Amino acid sequence: MPIRPLAWPTLVVLALLSTGCGKPEPEPAKKGEPAGVTVTLAHAGPLTGALSHLGKDDENGVALAIERANARKLVIDGTPVTFKLQSEDDQADPKVGTTVAQKLVDAKVAAVIGHLNSGVTLPASEIYSRAGVPVVTVSSSPLVTTRGLKGVFRTLGSDAELGPAMAAYLASERKARRVAIIDDKTAYGEGLANEVEKALKAANVAIVARERITDKDTDFKAPLTRIKAKQPDAIFHGGMDATAGPILKQARELGIRASFAFGDGGCSDAMPRLAGAAADGLVCAMAGLPLEATSREFRERFQARFGEVRLYAPYFYDGALAVVEAMVKANSVDPARFGPVLHDVSFAGATGTVAFDASGGRRDAEITIYAMQGGKLVPRSVVKGGMATAYTPPPPAAAPPQPETARK
Amino acid sequence: MDTFLQQVVNGLTLGAVYAVVALGYTMVYGIVQLINFAHGEVVMIGCMVAFTVIVALASAGLPPMLVLALGALAAIAVCMAVGYGIERVAYRPLRNAPRLAPLITAIGLSIVLQHLALLVWGRSYIAFPQIIEVKLYRLGNAETSATISNVQIAIVVASAVMMAALLALVYRTRMGIAMRATSQNPAVAGLMGIDVNRTIAQTFLIGAALGAVAGVMVGAYYGIAHYQMGFMLGLKAFSAAVLGGIGNLAGAVLGGLLMGLIEAMGAGYMGDFTRVCTLDTLLPGFAEACASNPDASLLGSNYKDVYAFIVLILVLVFRPSGLLGERVGDRA
Amino acid sequence: MSGAQGRRFPPWVGVVLVTIALVALPFALMQAGTAWVRITNFAILFVILSIGLNIVVGFAGLLDLGYIAFYAVGAYVYALLASPFFGLHWPFWAILPIGALVACGFGVLLGAPTLKLRGDYLAIVTLGFGEIVRILLNNLSEPFNLTNGPKGISSIDPVSVFGLSLGGTTKVAGFAIPDAVKYYFLLIVLLVAVIVVALRLQNSRIGRAWEAIREDEVAARAMGIDTTRVKLLAFALGAAFGGVAGGLFAAIQGFISPESFVLNESVMVLAMVVLGGMGNVWGVVLGALLLSFAPELLRYTIEPAQRALFGKSLVDSEVLRMLLFGAAMVAMMRFRPAGLLPSAVRKRELARLAQDDNA
Repeated sequence: MPIRPLAWPTLVVLALLSTGCGKPEPEPAKKGEPAGVTVTLAHAGPLTGALSHLGKDDENGVALAIERANARKLVIDGTPVTFKLQSEDDQADPKVGTTVAQKLVDAKVAAVIGHLNSGVTLPASEIYSRAGVPVVTVSSSPLVTTRGLKGVFRTLGSDAELGPAMAAYLASERKARRVAIIDDKTAYGEGLANEVEKALKAANVAIVARERITDKDTDFKAPLTRIKAKQPDAIFHGGMDATAGPILKQARELGIRASFAFGDGGCSDAMPRLAGAAADGLVCAMAGLPLEATSREFRERFQARFGEVRLYAPYFYDGALAVVEAMVKANSVDPARFGPVLHDVSFAGATGTVAFDASGGRRDAEITIYAMQGGKLVPRSVVKGGMATAYTPPPPAAAPPQPETARK
Repeated sequence: MDTFLQQVVNGLTLGAVYAVVALGYTMVYGIVQLINFAHGEVVMIGCMVAFTVIVALASAGLPPMLVLALGALAAIAVCMAVGYGIERVAYRPLRNAPRLAPLITAIGLSIVLQHLALLVWGRSYIAFPQIIEVKLYRLGNAETSATISNVQIAIVVASAVMMAALLALVYRTRMGIAMRATSQNPAVAGLMGIDVNRTIAQTFLIGAALGAVAGVMVGAYYGIAHYQMGFMLGLKAFSAAVLGGIGNLAGAVLGGLLMGLIEAMGAGYMGDFTRVCTLDTLLPGFAEACASNPDASLLGSNYKDVYAFIVLILVLVFRPSGLLGERVGDRA
Repeated sequence: MSGAQGRRFPPWVGVVLVTIALVALPFALMQAGTAWVRITNFAILFVILSIGLNIVVGFAGLLDLGYIAFYAVGAYVYALLASPFFGLHWPFWAILPIGALVACGFGVLLGAPTLKLRGDYLAIVTLGFGEIVRILLNNLSEPFNLTNGPKGISSIDPVSVFGLSLGGTTKVAGFAIPDAVKYYFLLIVLLVAVIVVALRLQNSRIGRAWEAIREDEVAARAMGIDTTRVKLLAFALGAAFGGVAGGLFAAIQGFISPESFVLNESVMVLAMVVLGGMGNVWGVVLGALLLSFAPELLRYTIEPAQRALFGKSLVDSEVLRMLLFGAAMVAMMRFRPAGLLPSAVRKRELARLAQDDNA
């Protein structure tokens, strides 16, 4: 018996509908039950793709924080609270990120720790903010916390803090007077390069050239030749190691002797491979403290549970702990109640005292300046609140872990 | 003057790389009148295979030139296999199908090749080991004098040698006669006793071998490799082949060198030509921009890729046969 | 698709059933999570895009590898005219036709000089054009800031229909209706309109002219068809569809940046058209839906299967998806060139080809 073609989709959908209606409503935190409530904290980040190793690291940080919080057997508003992790993959893709954000809002999670990439955090945080779900991220774009969105927090310094730190180091420590600036025309690279340029100009350093490249290119000799003609004594590049390495190598092949400086994108242990011997002597700035300076307790627990810390796990750990602190302080697990209290928390986390300012940025965020020596990144100085202090490693020196690839 | 000389050196080296990739496109196009869409991927695989072999042999204590040669040989072997596969899977079964069909299969194949490479070699940028020590020669005595490296010289020489070898192959051997006959009329060539299938397969093999050599050159020059590197390179090399006249071997080389120079000069000088303050003196509307940032220009090296495509579009519109090409059909 | 065979229902029954099903669908999906409605919305956007590209590739037989550029143009037109970036907040109904027109203009701009080229040249030129548009969007932030460069444009206005904003949640009789569901209804209405237009086009004078050109351009010209003009029309119309889809994308997403308009997206849309069957509107709808839901399907099937078999995920579902797309494009062209749902004409042609081969 022939059925008209249009009828087929109808039948399928009706079948879908009937099964859909039979499903019970997804239950939010079971509030009335005497046994206590389960509160879901979410992690969202790239769990597949090029940055999956970093996403997994971040997820482990949140997982560890949840284990710590559960061990405290907290009683909030008279009921015992158990925390649970829900982790979602945003594939470092803004479009997937908004879908994931919607999924987490649907699931009524209490807070989201995450989104690694600024490009994903920016649209996703609008969804969280609209739904009243607090989000704690590490994304470096200053825009994350300057758009006036409620409930958006960051546990690391932004590019607006990293740029001036690098500029100050170039001007005072390297005595740079003529600087050329390159960026890779991505939101990350361009934003960072603009911050550095602004801070250098303020310090009366001449910007002799401003070149732009694309992040997928491999031949940078033409813009470098233009820079060579201007004879700068330092060159700053805002971009990832995939362009930073070849730029450094090709600059040396052109006979450019200027010293090279990078943001966190060039603070990578891949640089000696990508740039060869030319990598030695480069300087780079990275938000946060060197891993060896994070709390010993955190490092030992993390090591025992998941192995080496890759990069931002301590900051995700602190982000999750901050949410728990706010819940305790507000005596509520309701985002509407504890969300605003996040601005008032102050506690000793894995990365020092964790507190947020009025816009949600980390208070007194540290920026560390590294230099490449013999193929290793060595911390040189830590900038905090505009003040630079020479870095001294903590006394019980275990093998100092190397930061590897940076966030965008 | 130093800067100009340096940009010429930059452009010619880049152009020599484009030329070798363009030769691969032009060989295949000349005989089947179809773009081998997956040729960029062949170049990428050549680079990756050479990388693997060189890394494996690097610690064996062999002389660096021998290691490089072994890497190149391995790359050529693998790429020829891939090229043959492309011909058998994407082109031969569809030789009489509408023209759209082999194009789409080739695009599909290049997606597959790219992601297979991703699975084998990973997603991150691979650092090509620097087995040949880079020696810089300064063309002058000043700090700003132009420089040229031994690798750059080797690349230019290698591409010239390759073009000469190809010309000899096509115009001096029986295989070359078969190729030219097939390109002019496959049916008649078949009647004359030429194995058309075999000849076309041979062309794909030679094209792939050229791609492999190009891949090794790119790896040795830039020192990095990535599974997506073939796409842009292929696109620009194809533009170069069109610029020189597709199907014409000397044209591919000329087009490649020109394309390299256009890019280097565009990236090197368009910024100076389009400085907002210069434009302010010629056109209205730039006064404010000039006052706020006198160093800004309208175009810069970030538009490098645009220059190549604009050249391609201009050539196709005004001289579809290219600089040295003679005939080009306009039938779809 | 008119069922010529014996009908058991009067035609309006089908229409009513389909309408009920389409209205009920988002509420059924909401049971599984609003995220599913969002995924469906993106799938519908891709269906609209594929129908647009189908006009160019399927109807007229012109291979366009830079189609996503028109999508980008539509998205940026919407974003610039309805966001705080220039301080403009034009209504949706005004912008959508403008976006379509501007995209259409770009189509003509690209098509006019290049359409006389042979098919594979056209493919390369459109590919280059797609890249040019993306590079321009990424770079036109200085010295004059027209696109905000790589930072993209954020806080784009949601669509507002008859005073009802589609952004945010609306309460209707005690029910909370999230933005995704409201957009779903807008998208469905537009999708139906787009399908109707495409079907009418196919059976029109122009549609037959496109078919003639696709099959034999010289013969078509001999029959008195102004081939360049008719091809240009296909290009412009396809571009306009892309522009509409782009505007919707900007409104739904609220944030756009050049990153969203890379070559891979063009290839994806092409794969949808090829898989569904070039030239067949319903086939293309099917192809687009299949490929849009493929990542979700793979994530819930292949990922757990890998974990069960090997203890960990060996191949990312995203890589696997691309491998399958590529392989599917090859396989389709070789074994089922007319697509999953071949158009009647194509089927006839192919049957004749097979006969010729046997003869």
